[in-house]
Amino acid sequence: METFTYYPGCTLRTKAKDLDQYARVSAEALGIALEEPADWQCCGGAYTTAKDEIATKLSAVRTLNAAKENGNALVTVCSACHNVIKQTNYDIANDENMASKVNNYLQLDEAYNGETTVYHYLELLRDVVGFDNLAKKVVNPLKGKKIAAYYGCLLLRPSKALQMDDPENPSIMEDFIKAIGGTPVIYAQRNECCGGYITLEDKSQAAKRSNAVMDSAQSNGADMIITACPLCLYNLKKNSDSDMPVYYFTEILAEALGLKEGTNE
Amino acid sequence: MNNNLQEQIIRSGDLNVLKCMRCGKCSATCPSYDEMEYHPHQFVYMVEKGNIQPLLNSESLYKCLTCFACVERCPRGVEPAKVVEAVRLAAVRKQDGNHLTADKIPAMLDEDLPQQAIVTALRKYAK
Repeated sequence: METFTYYPGCTLRTKAKDLDQYARVSAEALGIALEEPADWQCCGGAYTTAKDEIATKLSAVRTLNAAKENGNALVTVCSACHNVIKQTNYDIANDENMASKVNNYLQLDEAYNGETTVYHYLELLRDVVGFDNLAKKVVNPLKGKKIAAYYGCLLLRPSKALQMDDPENPSIMEDFIKAIGGTPVIYAQRNECCGGYITLEDKSQAAKRSNAVMDSAQSNGADMIITACPLCLYNLKKNSDSDMPVYYFTEILAEALGLKEGTNE
Repeated sequence: MNNNLQEQIIRSGDLNVLKCMRCGKCSATCPSYDEMEYHPHQFVYMVEKGNIQPLLNSESLYKCLTCFACVERCPRGVEPAKVVEAVRLAAVRKQDGNHLTADKIPAMLDEDLPQQAIVTALRKYAK
């Protein structure tokens, strides 16, 4: 069993427990051990792009360094954590000035310079487990289900730092859907923003964005939409007029693996 | 024209506004375009010209979703979202410059709102 350091992040402990729990049970069934560091901190939710923002990036560095000290690659599930942690890692590996400021402050036993490999859970499925191997473990294929993969903004961009997939024509989620027996639906809005945190201040803007995403998926024939992001799930469900179901990708993964309560007959 | 503020913003964001060739792709792809008084290409142009004050006082600062669509799609690597962010930081770093404060949060909550939304908004809107 291969071991990875696993970073759940704040929301997976509170409003997105499903995203977390289905990720954990599925990993175990796929022969992946996820070890959570003892004292992780919230990643901050958003990566601050300014060069003179150092303090806001320290919690991500602490997580990256915890994985390095454990000798593991790091796995994230939430799109926002993935975005913040990977962008921070890219910066610290490519910007000496930032690396020296961070290390000067943290005074770690050994300086951190971007050594940790970071996988989003979808990348873990693609690059470590392999979609072919995943397909072999499926006991409850999602046959006939037309599933729209929603990447949103945080999974793919900026591609220079995240290096997950083609930012304009991605396939990782569609390949995942095929592996668990479903039929992926391609639609124009799959990598456009749901409105994100603007829901706090301006529900109408969040509604406009979320409706655009749901309408685009539905008009291309989707039965359901899947996401890796708690805030996308919230916006698409609460701020759109659509009643098309929205699921975390880990939930349909667990369902396909026969791990979801009531589905494993 | 405020040279000092312009220089500070350019340095803070490590910005490349001079590389802009005015194609407008950033604004064309921006999901917040309709909500903005100043659009992404205007942020780039106005920072280049040192016309910062109108941007500092504009609600447009808080309409950017940091979705990085403009960053990814700019053919010249200008990264307009970073321009917006550098100006926004100049605004919220001022004394009492916070756009959102923690005491306003409870009234914004509902039972499903993910924590992610709150921490992200506070990181973007406040210091």
